[in-house]
Amino acid sequence: MAEATVRTVALDRTRVLQWLQTYGVYAGVALLLVVNIVITPHFLTAENFRTQAVQVAPVIIVALGMALVIGTEGVDLSVGAVMALAASVTALYLGYGLLPALLVVAVFSAGVGLANGALVAFVGVQPIVATLALMVGGRGLALVLLPQLEDLRNPALASLGSGDVLGVPYLILIAAVLALLVAFVVRRTTFGRQLLAIGDSRPAAQLAGLPVRRVLIVVYVVCALLAAVAGVLATARLQASDPTSLGNLMELSAITAVVVGGTPLTGGRVNIAGTVAGAVLIQLLTATLIKHDLPPSWTQIAQAIVIVCAVYAARGRGKR
Amino acid sequence: MTVTKTDARVTAAGGGEPAAAAEPAGPARSERLTALVQQHGALAVLVVVSLVASFSFDSFATGDNVGNMATSSAFLAIVALGMTFVIITGGIDLSVGSLFALGGVLAAWGSRHGTLVALLLPLVVCGAIGVVNGLLVARSRLAPFIVTLAAMLGARGLMLALTDEGANTYLIGKGSFLAELGQGSVLGIGNPVWITLALFVAGAVVLRRTRFGQHVYAVGGNEDAAALMGAPVARTKILVYTLSGVLAGLAGALNAAWLASGVTILGNGMELEAISAVVIGGTLLTGGLGYVSGSLVGVLLLKVIQNVINQIGSLDSSYQQVVSGAFLAVVVVAQTWLGRRRQLM
Repeated sequence: MAEATVRTVALDRTRVLQWLQTYGVYAGVALLLVVNIVITPHFLTAENFRTQAVQVAPVIIVALGMALVIGTEGVDLSVGAVMALAASVTALYLGYGLLPALLVVAVFSAGVGLANGALVAFVGVQPIVATLALMVGGRGLALVLLPQLEDLRNPALASLGSGDVLGVPYLILIAAVLALLVAFVVRRTTFGRQLLAIGDSRPAAQLAGLPVRRVLIVVYVVCALLAAVAGVLATARLQASDPTSLGNLMELSAITAVVVGGTPLTGGRVNIAGTVAGAVLIQLLTATLIKHDLPPSWTQIAQAIVIVCAVYAARGRGKR
Repeated sequence: MTVTKTDARVTAAGGGEPAAAAEPAGPARSERLTALVQQHGALAVLVVVSLVASFSFDSFATGDNVGNMATSSAFLAIVALGMTFVIITGGIDLSVGSLFALGGVLAAWGSRHGTLVALLLPLVVCGAIGVVNGLLVARSRLAPFIVTLAAMLGARGLMLALTDEGANTYLIGKGSFLAELGQGSVLGIGNPVWITLALFVAGAVVLRRTRFGQHVYAVGGNEDAAALMGAPVARTKILVYTLSGVLAGLAGALNAAWLASGVTILGNGMELEAISAVVIGGTLLTGGLGYVSGSLVGVLLLKVIQNVINQIGSLDSSYQQVVSGAFLAVVVVAQTWLGRRRQLM
């Protein structure tokens, strides 16, 4: 009897953890929404939703790239530096028009991604160290190119940052389209399957004849390009380029969104819907604390607790 | 774990034991050479860079400049010492920068209640956070990267809460024993430098001559094999994260004593500097192989490069970051290549 009871309890616990791992992030978002609607004044307004969504859009875009990298059992610490680099390059070349500036941004960030990917794929350096070098060097380069905050006056850039279609800001549309695109790539394309296979077991993928190096390099390039998009959009919204603080700690926010969203750090699985929800969860959590005049230090402590809980719930899932 | 990783760890563990390299055949000599470059390459670069710098800049090899470099290296070196232990077990500790700042603030805050409180409080609090890191990594088997990332956020939050969101700076009274500990000197060399040297000697002895040190290498070399041989894997991991937390707190406290205040903006990015120093010093991030002395050389090399860039007055300080990043990339590529060479032989 006693043994049977114990077994039932143990089974329930596993089930609860599994449920939390899959749906916990959505439950968290729903819970925060309900709590805010009840206790926060002026929460249920279109204006507030718009503000929150515009703020979370760059995080979502960076987190999409991070999710792909984490799917290959890697991590990219350089995303914040790439955002700053993209902002500096935009400011430098904006004089030639928005489109040429964006092309140069794309070349720069693809170069960063290529360097990260080559270190990981060809030299065999651990992703955390490979991207660490560019995290330090990338922000330095951003500061060398543009030493201080600079106001940008460009109508095209301004409309990118604050324009909308039928009331939906461009930022949100772009984030949504990119999320759908990345989800499609992961689920429905050969490239997506190869990416997950590499994350599951790189030696096995190599033995199976998959183009491991090529896929890894593409993944890091895509991650850098997405970070650059987020950097340009953040710059467009602020109408200023701020190489010192733009994208600071963004790598942590992105990793948190991915992990809280149920993508295991051990690779082989990617959850894009969860990643988006993870970014929204953190945004809502921060907004809730700030709207009730709780100091920023509480936000950091709360974020730390959410990360540990999410990873704890994810324990044992994924591969062993 | 993947197949290649396990293989790499086994080989790395073999290389870490001095006895294993004692085969007299031809390949063994080549392997010894590779090992020598891996262990002492950073030292050679440090000597060359320092020599070139002292010939190029009159102000480089002066007593004042060297003394300043040594003292400012001391705090990072203490943090890197703890990081070395963690990385040899195959882990990583991203919380040290926050713990450094927290330790400094706690020391300055506690200095009103006497030097003993000022020194013990950072060690106890930062050590406790280290214990939590270790427990989550060792017992709950969570990824060290993410656990210490959470600790980094949490500890910085705690530090901000203590200082009214960074608006309040606690001062350490002039002339107190604590201030003397940070600012005084013996034989013309600053106290923090002596303390750092003593800690490194102790760290080297612990790592090379004690059973705990053997366990650290064994856990990083191959965890499963270490467990089968009866090494207390979980206890060893908890101890290294605790050690890392305590040392980061101590470094913060000493730094606060040196500056006579608990500065809240310090420690940002320090975890990355410490990891860079450890990697430059020849410690493998895959675990199982590493040198305490190498980490000290790595810290000195980073500080000398920063100093050289400062000496070139026309160069903007943001070039420092570009050079550090490029340098780190080159070293990592070289270390990975050397590591693979040893593995093949």
